[in-house]
Amino acid sequence: MARPTIRNQRAFASGALFLAFAIFFFVMALNYPAGTAARMGPGYFPRLLAIVLAAIGLAVMLGAVLRTAERQRLRSWDVKGLAWVTGSVILFALLLFPIGLIGALLVLIVVSSRASPEFAWKGALANAAILIALCLLVFVYGLGLQLPVWPALLN
Amino acid sequence: MDLFHNLAIGFSTAAQPANLLYAFFGCLLGTLIGVLPGLGPLATIAMLLPITYALQPDSALIMLAGIYYGAQYGGSTTAIVVNLPGESSSVVTTIDGYQMAKQGRAGVALSTAAIGSFFAGCVATLALAALAGPLTAAALLFGPKEFFALMLLGLILASVLSSGPFIEGIGMVVLGMLLSLVGTDLSTGTQRFAFGIPQLFDGLDFVPLAMGIFGFAEIVKNLEQDDKLSLVTQKITNLFPTREDFRRMIPAVLRGTALGTLLGVLPGGGAVLSSFASYTLEKKLSKHPEQFGKGAIEGVAGPESANNAGAQTSFIPLLTLGVPSNVVMALMVGAMNIHNIQPGPEVVTKNPTLFWGLIASMWVGNLMLLVLNLPLVGLWVKLLTIPYRYLFPAIMVFCSIGVYSINSGTFEVHEAAVFCVFGYVLIKLQLPAAPLLLGLVLGPAIEENFRRAMVLSRGDVSVFVTSPLSATLLAAAAIAIVMIMLPTIRSRREEALQE
Repeated sequence: MARPTIRNQRAFASGALFLAFAIFFFVMALNYPAGTAARMGPGYFPRLLAIVLAAIGLAVMLGAVLRTAERQRLRSWDVKGLAWVTGSVILFALLLFPIGLIGALLVLIVVSSRASPEFAWKGALANAAILIALCLLVFVYGLGLQLPVWPALLN
Repeated sequence: MDLFHNLAIGFSTAAQPANLLYAFFGCLLGTLIGVLPGLGPLATIAMLLPITYALQPDSALIMLAGIYYGAQYGGSTTAIVVNLPGESSSVVTTIDGYQMAKQGRAGVALSTAAIGSFFAGCVATLALAALAGPLTAAALLFGPKEFFALMLLGLILASVLSSGPFIEGIGMVVLGMLLSLVGTDLSTGTQRFAFGIPQLFDGLDFVPLAMGIFGFAEIVKNLEQDDKLSLVTQKITNLFPTREDFRRMIPAVLRGTALGTLLGVLPGGGAVLSSFASYTLEKKLSKHPEQFGKGAIEGVAGPESANNAGAQTSFIPLLTLGVPSNVVMALMVGAMNIHNIQPGPEVVTKNPTLFWGLIASMWVGNLMLLVLNLPLVGLWVKLLTIPYRYLFPAIMVFCSIGVYSINSGTFEVHEAAVFCVFGYVLIKLQLPAAPLLLGLVLGPAIEENFRRAMVLSRGDVSVFVTSPLSATLLAAAAIAIVMIMLPTIRSRREEALQE
C-alpha cells in the first residue's frame, strides 16, 4: 500500500482546526465538575460537545487522505491585506479614547485603505474627510452616541 | 375573523408615522446594500443593532426586517443590469436576467422581478399571519425535550443546506455551540472559558463575531479578487412586459411564491435556498428548457418571487417557536434581546401590537420597495460606479463604530479584530460561517433544554425517542442526514470503482 498522502489539503486543515478547538475546549472543561447525566455539572455539556467535535475533526482529516478524496490545495493567503484591515481596527480601538474619534477614524480609514492595491494618499485623505464629517453628523449629533470626539487631554 | 382583527391591529401599528418612516428607511438601506456588492444584510443589521437601542422595539424590528427583505429587491437590480448579484439570493437571477438585459429587455426583467417580488411578499405576509396562530398554539405543547429536538433539527438542516461538505457544516455548528458556552453557566453560576476576563462573563457577543467574519474578513476577501466591474450601462427604456411576457411569467410567479413560502418556513431555509429551488423547478417544468440561460423570463420571475417569499416566511419559526431559521434571524434574536423581548410563542400573546405590526409593516414595505425600485433604477445603478477602494473604508468605519456602541467600550472592537482573522481562516478553508453563528445563538438554549430534559428523565437519554413529538423531529433530522449522505456515498463508490 502506498504511503498515505494528503490529497485534500483544504479538508485536512479544516479537520485539524476542528480537532485543535476540540482538544482546547476538552482540556479547559476538565476544570469544571461534570456531574452525572441526571444532574449535569457545568463541565458535562462542554466535554460532550468537545468529543463530538474531535470525532468530526478526525473524520474530516481521514476523508482528506482517502484514495477517493478530491485533490485540493490550500489557497494562498493575502497576509498583507489581512494585516492592514485587522491592524486598522485594533489601532482604532487603541486610539479612540486617547486621541478621540476624529483622530482614530483618520487612522482607521488611512490604514485600512492601504489594504487596497490601488491605494493613493490623496484619495484616502479625501475619503477620510468625507467619512469623518458624515460620522460626526450621523452618530454624534444625529443619534447622540456616547463617543469621545476630542482627545482625552482636552477634557 | 381573528385574522382580520389581528391584521387591523398590525396595520394601525405599522401605519404610525414613525413606523412608516423606519420601514421606509429600512427598505431604502436594504435596497442600497442589496445593490452594493460585498456588503450583505447580515453585516448591515449587525452594524445597526446597537443603534436600534434608542428606538421603540416595534420601530427597531420593522426597520431591521425592511433591511432584510429590501436587500432581496436591490440584489436583483444589479444582477439584471450589470450581471453582478448584490446578494447571494440573486445569483440565479444573473443567469437569465442579464441575458434579457443584453437583448435590450432590462426594463422588462426589472419590472418582472419587482412585480413577482411584490406579489410574493403579499402572499407571504398573509401566510405569516395565518400560520402564526396555530404554530404558536403548537409551541405551547413543547417541553424541554421537544425544543431540544426541534433545535437539533434546525441546526442539522442549516448544515445540510450550507455550502460545502455536510460534515464540515456540522463541525461548524458544534464549534459555534462550544463558543456559546463561554461565560456564566446559568444553572450553577460557574464561569466557563472566561479566563477571568470580566467582559466575557456574559458570553461572547455575536455582533463582534458577525462583524469580524461577515464585515471585516469579507473585505479582505473582496480586496483579493480585484476583477473590475464591467458596467454595461444601457438605457432602461421599456418597463412594461408584453402580453406574451405576462402569459409566461404568471405561472412562474405563482409557483415561485408557493415554493418560497414553504421553504422559508423550514429551519435552515430562507431566501437563497428558495431562489435556487425555484430556478430548478422552472427549468424542469418548462416546455422550452433550452431557452433557460438565454433570457427566459420564467428564470427571473420564479426565483425573484421565491426569494422574497422565503425571506419573509423565514420569520415564522423565529416569531412562533423562538427558533431562528437562518443567520439573519439569529441577529433578529439579538435585536429582540436588546429590547428585553424573548422571541417565541409569548411574543404573540404578550406583545400583539409588535408582532402584528411587524407583519403588517412587511406588506407596507413591499409596496414601498416597488416604488423605490422601478423608477429609481438608474440611481441605484449609478451607485455601482463608486470604486471599492472608497467603499470598503466606509464599511469599516460603520462596523467599528457599531461594535463600539454595543457597550460604549473598545473590548468588543478588539474582539471583532480577532474574529476578522478567524473569519479569514474560515474563508481560506472554505468552511461555512453561517452554521457557526447559528450554533452560537442556539447553543445556550440547546444546553439548557438538554439538561432539563435529562433532569426530568433522571438521566435516561431514551426520552428523546419515546416522546412522539421529539421522536418525529429527530426522525426528520435523521432522514435529512441520510438524504444528504446518500449521493456522496454513491459517488464515492463509483469513483472508487473507476480507479
